[in-house]
Amino acid sequence: MTDLTKLTIAEARDGLKASKFSARELTAAHITAMDSARGLNAFITETPEKAVEAATKSDEKLANGEAGLMEGIPIAIKDLFCTKGTLTTAASHILDGFTPEYESTVSANLWTEGAVMLGKANLDEFAMGSSNETSYYGNVVNPWRRKKDDQPLVPGGSSGGSASAVSSNIAMGATGTDTGGSIRQPAAFTGIVGMKPTYGRCSRWGTVAFASSLDQAGPMTRTVRDTAIMLEAMAGFDAKDSTSVDMEVPNFEAALTGDIRGLKVGIPKEYRLDGMSEEIAALWEQGIEWLKSAGAEIVEISLPHTKYALPAYYIIAPAEASSNLARYDGVRYGLRVEGDSLDDMYSRTRAAGFGHEVQRRILIGTYALSAGYYDAYYLKAQKVRARIAEDFKEAYKTVDTILTPTAPSAAFAFGEKGDDPLEMYLNDVFTVPASLAGLPGISLPTGLSADGLPLGLQILGRPFDEETVIRTAGVLEEAANFTAKPDAWWRG
Amino acid sequence: MGMIIQGVTGDWEVVIGLEVHAQVSSNAKLFSGSATEYGAEQNTQVSFVDAAMPGMLPVINTAAVEQAVKTGLGLKAKINNFSVFDRKNYFYADLPQGYQISQFLQPIVGEGILTIDLKDGVTREIGITRLHLEQDAGKSIHDQHPSMTLVDLNRSGVALMEIVSEPDMRSPEEAAAYVKKLRSILRYLGTCDGNMDEGSMRADVNVSVRRPGDDLGTRCEMKNLNSVRFIQQAIVYEANRQVDILEEGGKIDQETRLYDSVKGETRSMRSKEEAHDYRYFPDPDLLPLQFDDAFVAKIKADLPELPDEKKDRFMNTLGISAYDAGVLVAEKEVADFFEDVAKGRDAKLSVNWVTGEFFGNLKRTGKTIATSPVSADALGEVIDLIKDGTISNRIAKEVFEEMFDTGKSASNIVEEKGLKQVSDTGAIEAAIDDVIAANPDKLAEYRGGKDKLLGFFMGQVMKNTGGKANPGVVNKLLKPKLDG
Repeated sequence: MTDLTKLTIAEARDGLKASKFSARELTAAHITAMDSARGLNAFITETPEKAVEAATKSDEKLANGEAGLMEGIPIAIKDLFCTKGTLTTAASHILDGFTPEYESTVSANLWTEGAVMLGKANLDEFAMGSSNETSYYGNVVNPWRRKKDDQPLVPGGSSGGSASAVSSNIAMGATGTDTGGSIRQPAAFTGIVGMKPTYGRCSRWGTVAFASSLDQAGPMTRTVRDTAIMLEAMAGFDAKDSTSVDMEVPNFEAALTGDIRGLKVGIPKEYRLDGMSEEIAALWEQGIEWLKSAGAEIVEISLPHTKYALPAYYIIAPAEASSNLARYDGVRYGLRVEGDSLDDMYSRTRAAGFGHEVQRRILIGTYALSAGYYDAYYLKAQKVRARIAEDFKEAYKTVDTILTPTAPSAAFAFGEKGDDPLEMYLNDVFTVPASLAGLPGISLPTGLSADGLPLGLQILGRPFDEETVIRTAGVLEEAANFTAKPDAWWRG
Repeated sequence: MGMIIQGVTGDWEVVIGLEVHAQVSSNAKLFSGSATEYGAEQNTQVSFVDAAMPGMLPVINTAAVEQAVKTGLGLKAKINNFSVFDRKNYFYADLPQGYQISQFLQPIVGEGILTIDLKDGVTREIGITRLHLEQDAGKSIHDQHPSMTLVDLNRSGVALMEIVSEPDMRSPEEAAAYVKKLRSILRYLGTCDGNMDEGSMRADVNVSVRRPGDDLGTRCEMKNLNSVRFIQQAIVYEANRQVDILEEGGKIDQETRLYDSVKGETRSMRSKEEAHDYRYFPDPDLLPLQFDDAFVAKIKADLPELPDEKKDRFMNTLGISAYDAGVLVAEKEVADFFEDVAKGRDAKLSVNWVTGEFFGNLKRTGKTIATSPVSADALGEVIDLIKDGTISNRIAKEVFEEMFDTGKSASNIVEEKGLKQVSDTGAIEAAIDDVIAANPDKLAEYRGGKDKLLGFFMGQVMKNTGGKANPGVVNKLLKPKLDG
């Protein structure tokens, strides 16, 4: 039998329907792969028994012709989604022992469509990070290595465990969440496809909040088609989330027509940063050529407020986080470190429970919202955000999608970015503007760096026009024909 | 009249503003579906949202929005079709989210007016600054365990309306009148039950003093007062405390103070320097609250008659005095009771009976309108019996008392006891003749010029007829016979 872990979701779906293999066999193959890949540290909690149980049910549903969109497909769930009866940590010490009594809407939607949970994927603590180095449960390792050395590389973040699991064929897909690039950047770093849908497309209910006005769940898979399938299963209006949008969920897979003739693709000049690496510039140029050959019209556009996006993001996201994380106080659940008084208990609990990056962002956010600073920071950042959204709105009067690099570099080694958080924050420079504007964006691998590492391009679209984004990505994917795979060194 | 404190150095005027927290009458909390019933067992009315579990999100309860708009209309206030929920951030054990969802810069209701009723029918208009919706916190219980504080989250997330007045009040009496009138309006509207002892309504009281005519002085705020009496006591204590400080050349520190109702004094909770920085910002989990004019119009169309309008109607169409009308409309259930009694009956007689005998008997028996053994219809029957001459006013009072004690109807009691008034002239003449015959000496005195004895003869006739004789008829027949 072929190695079932190498199948795409679409292939596995067809194989299951044709009874070429069972959901139990498919899940068993992935559990074996998960067992052999502990060195990647992609999971915080593995749930093989639950996976087998779910796969058994899927086999019954398949036999009865009741298969859902993701029937029998083994996936990883980022440990930011609350899962009923399974430890949920947000990769933070402060949620020690927290086992939710409820299921997030996004994961519940996936279970309804038949998906099988392998476990809870590692991430940056509270999704704050771009390298998956801030998890209380240790670093996630990128399955990819440079040609020249064996130095372990970061998988990107914050959805690093999800990216690593999909890239290493442990899981066929994984949920991610994207606040400023947390799906797209790790997808680019690990050579997979990752999509952040439009803000409001997927419910945030039951997902541990980082920055409420930015957080959006999305799929991470190995192909654009798989992303389309999984997104359809995850998305949908949810009355329990006031920011969820009441719109029909389209058949995203049907958007993959392969035809982008006449489509206008914008190239924002402001994204040509000073000092952009030759490799990234060449990758982008190649992407432009491919789309042009496929019949798209390339249009240079201007998004004039781009350079203010990163500073605005690093005010708004920490401000919201400082408030969202106030509930982790040691009173009702998770970690509690006793103290001499209530305030002392708070201080001790939160000092012990939150890692440095989380503490840094809580402090930045608290400062930005403080009396006397609010107007200068938070309010100003919100104004910038409105301008950025206007930039895109203006651009979409002339173009249908926008093509940019996903990240300014390939994956880097642990500790390589030094201790300067600002340098780390630059990883999000291409992904943050669309987050601030709430727009859909996808990252897909289109080439390799000189060191043999995957590089990704990003396609952005109009609000709730994921279909055109997916269609464009499908064409680019076919042209790029990215088939490189990491050596499975982790199997030892 | 304003309260003036006469100091050694001159007069001081007291200035008062109130922030009243009124719990919205609603089956569910402001942002969750949990029940809000008072007195439920601890922590049994708590959803995942109320306990701020990870990933939980608020969803606005439309019923609470309607109640806020209704209240705004009742306060003749500006309704804002666009308002914003903000987070007010602070840490406390009974505040699960670490922030309270409130409305800061853009409240749902803007400026309005409340007319307060003072002694002798005097009224004053007090400005309403705003009304906004917010969540209540849970309850910390400090006295149930030697070293721990227990937390009850039943109240956590319950919808409150914070109603803020202008600093327009000048005496404890005005503050009391304001709270009573506000409570009355809320009850008429059905938007808050106004039960202060259950915590459904409580007030933060701002007090400052100044020389009459001067600018406003520095204020102190007393938090969470839960009775009208405490509000008045706290104002008196606080105003005098401030005057004492100022008279000695000191200055008032703006601060939050606690009123200790046992000691009858206020003491400092936290100074301005220690005041929280609440870091308000718009709650990103909620969209701005928006509704159209039709939504407001529909609520307005269903608005009940409010006390001021009812009072006007009682005075203008029923001819009731301002004082009586004020007494009747103050509580909605009194007004409703009265209207049931007065329906198709003499208004004046109805007022006298409701405010006189009915209230008196309620007081005597320790009952309320809700538990009264005599219904409005039953009282109406009494009035009807007086009106058609079946019983006299005096007999009616006896009958009424018995109705309270036995629950029987007026006609039953009159029937059973044979209390039917006698208007038959023959019977009455006979009784008069008997009395005159039995008191020849008194008759002689009367005829000798002692007119006052008419009352004596009157009384004797009534006594001999067991009070049943129609006094009007007796009066008419008695005098000619005495005069011979």
